[in-house]
Parts: sequence; structure tokens; C-alpha cells
Amino acid sequence: MKWVTGSAFVYLSAVKILAVFGLLMLIIAFWTLVERRGAAFIQNRLGPNRVGPGGLFQPVADGLKNFFKEETLPPFADRALFVLAPMMAFIPAFLTFSVVPFASPLPTPWGLVRMQVADLPIGFLFILAISSLGVYGFVLAGWSANNKYALLGGLRGSAQLVSYEIAMGLSAVAVLVFAGDISLNVIVARQQASVWFVLPLFLAFFLFLVAAFAETNRLPFDLPEAESELVAGYHTEYSAMKFAMFYLAEYSNMVTASGLLVCLFFGGWDIPFTSWDNTAPWTVWKTLATFVAFWAKTLFFLLLYVWVRWTVPRFRFDQLMDLGWKVLLPTALGYVIFIALATWALEVPGHEFGVREGLILAAANVVLGYFFFRVLDRNRVLGGPANRGRKLWRASAARRRS
Amino acid sequence: MPITVKTVGRPTTESSYVRAALHGMALTFKHLLQPKWTMQYPEEKSSATWTISSRYRGTHRMAVDETGKAKCVACGLCPQVCPANCIKLIPGEDEQGNRYPLVYEIDEFRCVFCGYCQEVCPEEAIHLGVHYENAEYGREGFVYDLKRLMAQPHEMSTLWDPADPKGE
Repeated sequence: MKWVTGSAFVYLSAVKILAVFGLLMLIIAFWTLVERRGAAFIQNRLGPNRVGPGGLFQPVADGLKNFFKEETLPPFADRALFVLAPMMAFIPAFLTFSVVPFASPLPTPWGLVRMQVADLPIGFLFILAISSLGVYGFVLAGWSANNKYALLGGLRGSAQLVSYEIAMGLSAVAVLVFAGDISLNVIVARQQASVWFVLPLFLAFFLFLVAAFAETNRLPFDLPEAESELVAGYHTEYSAMKFAMFYLAEYSNMVTASGLLVCLFFGGWDIPFTSWDNTAPWTVWKTLATFVAFWAKTLFFLLLYVWVRWTVPRFRFDQLMDLGWKVLLPTALGYVIFIALATWALEVPGHEFGVREGLILAAANVVLGYFFFRVLDRNRVLGGPANRGRKLWRASAARRRS
Repeated sequence: MPITVKTVGRPTTESSYVRAALHGMALTFKHLLQPKWTMQYPEEKSSATWTISSRYRGTHRMAVDETGKAKCVACGLCPQVCPANCIKLIPGEDEQGNRYPLVYEIDEFRCVFCGYCQEVCPEEAIHLGVHYENAEYGREGFVYDLKRLMAQPHEMSTLWDPADPKGE
């Protein structure tokens, strides 16, 4: 079967855009509920369970409430930017999901349709480019509201997102080098042919996971919001739908980050230990099965977001910067060099990487990971002033002794 | 960061981040599966582990005698002792010389639920009640007259008993 072309491609793409947008909104709405109930369960409470069975319609009630609430505009705010900022946060958050493949191709009477809104050959670069646009939303929101706390939140957000963008991009470079391609479809196909990249590239996965938490402003890196320090951070002055747009942007970023993690490290829509799902002939059933597989993995990471949020306390800002610049960035750089060398050493002309190379690299990762986590765990890097104080104290104690 | 910050160095095993974070994750997951403490209020008002105390001081109640009349003899002690000045009492007297309240009103909105009226009452007529659900559409609804005070169905508060300070 051939890929869809011509006018059918245009119409089907429009359908896909609508369907994916609807699906994302549905998952986001549902996830606000999961977040609240998950939080409640972790705290031995029940959470919102009144609207509909098990509280299932709570997001609908919240949405309605947000529509009918008053839109406030602070008197000294910069009107144009204040209105623009939520959109600047919202649009990139939803755009990035467009290159994430979420199921095997679907056969239709007009030809095969990729289960991905846009099959861009530069897939991952597109995500990096668009997701960093989201920073403008936060910064403009903080700036235009004319509020100290909002401004602090916006500034923190900009510093944090810019710092972790680098670590995130570099850790993904390892994947791109190993896969030899930048299109997410090809990366998924490579994993289906060999092993999931989480094995040969575990450290990259870990760095990417940490950076993804920071990129989505989630605890332990929710410094731009930091409700106990900055009221509500950059969206302090927002109400009603404008506030809801920031909320939607945050959750949409989470979904995209989880989807990306799955695509880069967990085989995308691959069903493990089988190959029937990723070989032609494509059928509707295969599409459905892989669709479920993809979302099962993605929802797991979304659950991880909730789980971590209610476990780990917030970093201090200097610790955050230390972690980003002194740990994640050098580690990611070193790892890229290591992976590049390993790929070069393992390369055999005319032969693609398979299970054997994957397992060799996985073994190397165990060794590297041991040292990495040992250093990270020993409080030599994240200690901050505590560590510095100890060093100074030791030095002065040594001087006194001598 | 000021360089003069002085902190006590802790041993590395106690100050690890990764291990502590994983430990915390395990803990929260354990809590995720534990039974929940929430009492689903409107449906469930007491549970095996919690019931409202019989000493709870809530909406007032007027005790009635066997003939169905209020026990109150309009002595005027309760309006006298009331710190919130929320009891309105106009005494009356019948042919036999028995005093009774012509008007007896308590403004539950002003009441601070101290329980002095119950303590001071020589006839054990006015009581506080073990009751807390009093919503009304207006302030007028909170002024309880004698009829309404007599008709309250809830338990009477036992207040604090000096002989049994812990309520055992």
C-alpha cells in the first residue's frame, strides 16, 4: 500500500490535527483530575470524587468554572502583552506534539496514513525549537503583570528553561547519534529493529528525564510557580481562561515530554518482544494495538510526574542552577563524546546497529552509571553552601592542627 | 551566596540526594495504597474512629416538662450571664404566680457558644446542643424563638463535667 498523497493528504491531515488536538485536550483534562486524586491518595485522602462517577466530570466542572469566572486585568499591567502571554505559552505547548508518532500507520481507502500529525524529517529539532518558544509566554506573563512576584517567577522561568534546554538537547544528541537520524519515525523504527534505547543509552535517558521535569516546570523544579515563595509565580495576576491556558500549557508540555521520552527511549509505539506490530501489512488492529501501547507507556511517565511531584521537595534556585550547569551539562557533553566514540568503534560498514551493539553499550552504561550516581549521591555537587561550609571548616581545622 | 555561611558538615551517607529521593518515592507509593482517612461528610457523620463529642457546644435547645411546657421560669439569669448579650427574655406571670417567659429568643448568630446559660440555669431548662448544621437564607433565620428552641430534636450538650475532666 502506498502513502497518502495529493488532496486526500491535506484532508486527512486536517482530520488528524483535529483528532490529536481533541485527544490531547481530553488527556490534559483527565490528567488534572488524576493529579488531584493522586495527590490525595498519596496523602491518605480521597480527593475530588463528587462530580460524576469517581469525580470523572470534575475537569468539566473546572472548565465551566473557568469560562464563567471574571477576567481580571491589573491596572498597571501591559495590556497587549498580558493578553498575549497565555497564548504564547499555549500554542507552542500544543504544537510540539505534532511530530510525535503515536501508532503504526493506518491503512485507509486513499492509502497509508502516518499516525503522526506531521512527519517532519527534522522531527527532534522542531521540538527543541518550538518548545523553547514557550519560555516567551512565561517571561512575558511575569513582565506584563507588573507584579514583583510574577516578575521573579518569569525571570526564574527563563533562566531555568534556557539552562535545562541545553542539557535536554545534549542528552538527546546521544540518541540521535546512536540512531543515526533525527526523524522521530526513524528513531522509533531503529528501536523496533534492535533494543529500546533506554538500555544502551540509560544515562541519556536519566538526564533527559531530569531535564524534562525542569522544562515542564514540575516539582522538584517548579521554581517559576513556587506557590510557597512567589504566591503563584508568573501567573499570579491571571484568572479565568487565561490562567487555564497556562495550566493547559503545563499539562500539554508534560504529555509531550512523556511522549518524547517514550519515542526516544522506550520504542515509541513498539510492543515489546514482538515484531508483528511493526511490519507490513498494516491493519487497523495493529494501529489500535500500537496506539494503546504508546499511550500506556506515555501515561506511565505522566503518572511518574504526579508521583515525583508529591514526593520530592523543591530545589533551591542555586541548587537548580548547580544541577543544570555543573552536573547535567558536563555529564551530557561527556556522554555524547562517549556515545560518539562507541558508535564509531562499533560501526561495521553496511550493517545497522542491532541487539548485540545495544547490549554492549548497556553494559558500558552500567559502569558509567555506577560512577555517575556515586558522585551525584555523595553530596559533592548539590551540597551548595553546606558543602562549601564543610570544606572551609575542614581547611580551618587542618590549619589549627598544624 | 555569602561566603560567610557556616553550616555543620554532615556525613555523606546522611546527606545523599538520590538515595533519599528514592526512599521518598517508595514511601509515597506505600501511602498511595494505604486506606484513606477521609470521612465523606454529608453522607457519613461519624466513623469507627471518630464521633462528635457529647460535650460539643452547638445550637441551643429548651428542655420541656411532662406537660409539654418549657421548663424555663424566666429568672433572668441567662441573659444576665450571657457574654454576647444574645438572649432576649421578657418574663410573664400567671394567676398562680408562676413566672414563665413571654418572649424568649436566642440570636444564634451573636452567640459565642460558651455554655454559661446552660451552667447558670437553675431549672436545667436551656441547653446547648450537639448540633452544628445551621444554615439559613437570612440573618432573621438565626433568631430562635421559644417554640423553635423547644422543637429542636438533637442531643443536649453535657458540657464539661468537673468530676470527669477528661470525659471518660
